[in-house]
Amino acid sequence: MHNANISELRAALASRKISSVELTRMFLDRIGAANGSLNAFITVDAGKSLSQAKAADARIARGEAGRLTGIPIAHKDIFCARDWLTTCGSRMLANFVSPYDAHVIGRFNDAGCVILGKTNMDEFAMGSSNETSYFGSVRNPWDLECVPGGSSGGSAAAVAARLAPAATGTDTGGSIRQPAALTGITGIKPTYGRVSRYGMIAFASSLDQGGIMTRSAEDAALLLAEMVGHDARDSTCVDMPAEDYTLRLREPWTKGGSGARPLEGLRIGLPREHFGEGLSGDVHAAVRAALVEMEKLGATLVDIDLKNSALSVPAYYVIAPAEASSNLSRFDGVRYGYRAPEYTDLSDMYCKTRAQGFGAEVKRRILIGAYVLSHGYYDAYYLQAQRIRRLVARDFETAFESCDLIAGPTSPTVAFKLGAKAADPVQMYLNDIYTIPANLAGLPGMSIPCGFGQGGLPVGLHLVGNYYKEGDMLSAAHHFQTATDWHLKAPVQ
Amino acid sequence: MPLTPDEVRRVAMLARIELSEPEIATAQAQLNSIFSLIETLQATDTKGVTPMSHAGDLVARLREDRVTEIDQRDRFQSVAPQVERGLYLVPRVIE
Amino acid sequence: MDWEIVIGLETHAQLSTVSKIFSGASTAFGAEANTQACGVDIALPGVLPVINRGAVERAIRFGLAVNGKRGDNICRRSVFARKNYFYPDLPKGYQISQFEFPIVTGGSVTIIANKAEKTIRLTRAHLEEDAGKSLHEDFQGLTGIDLNRAGTPLLEIVSEPDMRSAEEAVAYAKTLHALLRWIGICDGNMQEGSFRCDANVSVRRPGGELGTRREIKNLNSFRFLQQAIEYEAQWQIDTLEAGGKIRQATVLFDPDAGVTREMRSKEDAHDYRYFPDPDLLPIEVGEGWIAQVLAGMGELPVERKLRFQREMSFSAYDAEVLTADWETGNYFEGVLQASLQGGEKPGQGDFKLCANWVINEVLAKRNADNLPPGKFAVSEETLGYLLRLVRSGDISARTAKDVFSEFWEESRARAFSDQGGSPENVDKLIVTRGLKQVSDSGAIEAIIDQVLVANAKSVEEFRSGKEKAFNALVGQAMKATKGKGNPAAINEILRRKLTS
Repeated sequence: MHNANISELRAALASRKISSVELTRMFLDRIGAANGSLNAFITVDAGKSLSQAKAADARIARGEAGRLTGIPIAHKDIFCARDWLTTCGSRMLANFVSPYDAHVIGRFNDAGCVILGKTNMDEFAMGSSNETSYFGSVRNPWDLECVPGGSSGGSAAAVAARLAPAATGTDTGGSIRQPAALTGITGIKPTYGRVSRYGMIAFASSLDQGGIMTRSAEDAALLLAEMVGHDARDSTCVDMPAEDYTLRLREPWTKGGSGARPLEGLRIGLPREHFGEGLSGDVHAAVRAALVEMEKLGATLVDIDLKNSALSVPAYYVIAPAEASSNLSRFDGVRYGYRAPEYTDLSDMYCKTRAQGFGAEVKRRILIGAYVLSHGYYDAYYLQAQRIRRLVARDFETAFESCDLIAGPTSPTVAFKLGAKAADPVQMYLNDIYTIPANLAGLPGMSIPCGFGQGGLPVGLHLVGNYYKEGDMLSAAHHFQTATDWHLKAPVQ
Repeated sequence: MPLTPDEVRRVAMLARIELSEPEIATAQAQLNSIFSLIETLQATDTKGVTPMSHAGDLVARLREDRVTEIDQRDRFQSVAPQVERGLYLVPRVIE
Repeated sequence: MDWEIVIGLETHAQLSTVSKIFSGASTAFGAEANTQACGVDIALPGVLPVINRGAVERAIRFGLAVNGKRGDNICRRSVFARKNYFYPDLPKGYQISQFEFPIVTGGSVTIIANKAEKTIRLTRAHLEEDAGKSLHEDFQGLTGIDLNRAGTPLLEIVSEPDMRSAEEAVAYAKTLHALLRWIGICDGNMQEGSFRCDANVSVRRPGGELGTRREIKNLNSFRFLQQAIEYEAQWQIDTLEAGGKIRQATVLFDPDAGVTREMRSKEDAHDYRYFPDPDLLPIEVGEGWIAQVLAGMGELPVERKLRFQREMSFSAYDAEVLTADWETGNYFEGVLQASLQGGEKPGQGDFKLCANWVINEVLAKRNADNLPPGKFAVSEETLGYLLRLVRSGDISARTAKDVFSEFWEESRARAFSDQGGSPENVDKLIVTRGLKQVSDSGAIEAIIDQVLVANAKSVEEFRSGKEKAFNALVGQAMKATKGKGNPAAINEILRRKLTS
């Protein structure tokens, strides 16, 4: 049952083959058995989960079930969930029990989903390996010596190891897509503004976007449909009705197209810059093979340019830290969270609380952010980065004139060993070179499993769509997954 | 342009993060390596390009002027480090 | 040698919205600590600001009011920015304000100081959120933080350094205060902190370069504003004359000692690291919205003042006094209306009568009792009715004043909780106390005939040229009518009889 996809779980729940309580208990047992080695969850609370499951069963019994009622899912610990410990992977919030629900949590709760637990993550979502969590590193279920990627590494590991059918994630520079690639699962980051950020602890507000991590595009379509749509509490959330991505999932790209070549008419753009220097051979080969498969399904491959792609990383490492330095100022030991036990005065209380409450990577980014915004540097760094940001967005605009989707590798390498890049921030940052441009432009992106590389570790195929074209990406991914079985491979238990 | 230890101290103070002397040295080295990456931005000519501060060119949606919140003080303050008679307490503020 | 004082003001006006600028929490004053601080106001992790339309609308109204109702000073696309600094009453560690693109740029306010009109230019007005309050007493050396005020919308109005004396600064502050209340965007309650000024003060040799300025923070009364500027300017002059230098600084005014002193917290040498708030998209103000706000706006003080001068031939002074605040002008026009019979057109005498009463009686009493603008202890209907009776000759002006004072006292006895008297009470008093004036010329003639007979000596004196004797005869006639004779009628009839 733990290998079943969500549609199958729905059917089992609807036909009373299994109850939500049983399903929840099964996943809780799996978490109990595996979390010691994976460290994918920060908080598990069987009592809370089972009481939600019981309520879901009652709802199913009353005939009032929606299509997700009774399905257990895990949530990245960046989403505030009422009465749940919500730590954001930080000592700063190690004792923070949220008094309210994030929009995303509220949506899933209302749909009757069960919260399986809160997943581990890089502290405040700052990291690409899940090694910056105050609660310890997460292990990659494909190789426990390797990282699962980050920052949504706990969610990725949980889904890959079948500890949860799906998990929420957030993506500021690749934090859904890169760990999805490194753990062999499907992860989608929708268009900026498509999912409300309300209750999602902010890292970089103009880049952060919530999304979903699943084992297939089909599951992703089902769950993402529940997350998107207008929320008046986030004024950057677009005022557009939710879209049911499951409706056209199976439709061929071109209306009336053939079932054998469902992607006929789809033009896939391949950015030259994403297939050059820095891309490891094994990943390159797997991605190329996947593109050949896409061609077989009818798609046309076209070369495109994202000229300013290389500048995305430095621009991102100005913009994201700048916003973060300000967003994280609220953690001051006054109203909630950690406060240093000893201090001499107010300023000392602030300085010690933040020195002790934040980990090294978070402090590093706060310092970068404060520096690039400070007097005399604002124009040279912050404004220049924002101008580059526009150039990156324009590159995409031009690219989408000649293609419908953009594809390439999600990450330059397969999962690396724990500690391999921890000492060198710049090497770590360059991990996100293919994913960051979509965040800067605000475009939707996703990663789907497309093979294996060195050490038998998964490789992800990166797709980027035009604004609000999540449905296109999901449909293309679904056709790919219908023709291939990479997404069905699970790590050996 | 590499950061000096004094600049690191100044920024740490702006951000209210205490750094010990060895931490300042480490931070200086790491920040300088990150800034060598960031400096590559300077080489690009961006004359006439409007800075992009949001992910799209949208404008704000406004809310109507209505009271929608109820008092949740007790709930909020149950997670506060130090409160007394409904107030958050901090070391004395000197103006 | 002379010194010139140069003053610019930054005024923080709390806008009169019912909810906060970025959250749905109430802005009502005086609630128990932190009971009006919602998740957004206490900056819980994950919460987001959403802009209150009412706050933006009020800023637009202000922009129109200081620019002759032309909207060209209103930014079509203004941007919220974060001003970053740590302070316990600032929960997010930044204040959401406007920096590069404020909602209003330019405009002006005309003041009267030292009997002369002067135009004070405005640099800008921008929207921002208020901070919470720090309470220093009673917590064993700790400070208590109340965040009820955090997030209350503020309009920060920045003037050019156009003022040259404390009097001008106070006149500007008062004019601005009245204007904000007039256009209904701020309740102006200074005790509750709805209107606070920071004064930038510097001194220089006339015509010389601007001196270094010091900023006096948080002046919440006109008196303190005056005292603080006077002290500060003199201190700067003394310092310079003693060969010292002025260092740019932020100072606080200590009203007890009457001195300014430098603040101890340095606020990181003001490196606020402003940048556009990524949580808030730019506010777009289209022509349609401006037109809509304009359509809902009434007459402005300057428009009403000019109308009073034009239509009622009032002096600039009278017109200024009657339009000092929105309510006084309304009250005056209400009194005027109520003093007329149905359909009657008022004339110059009627304007003057009502204006004199409002200025000399009503405003004098209101000021003596220290009542806020808009608080009138006698209603405009009641006063208008009294004046209607004065105009018709039914009661004397003297009687009207007595009755009016009595009504005012009545209200004061109830601590001004409601207004004293009513038109019905006026009628009652006239009957019960026999206050009706004798205006009937037949009756007055008969009385005067008797007075003339009884005071032959005075008649003789008058006829021999002693004008004073006339007044004595009037007095006698008034006495004979027990004070109820219409003085005008008595005068007229007496003079006719004496000169015929």
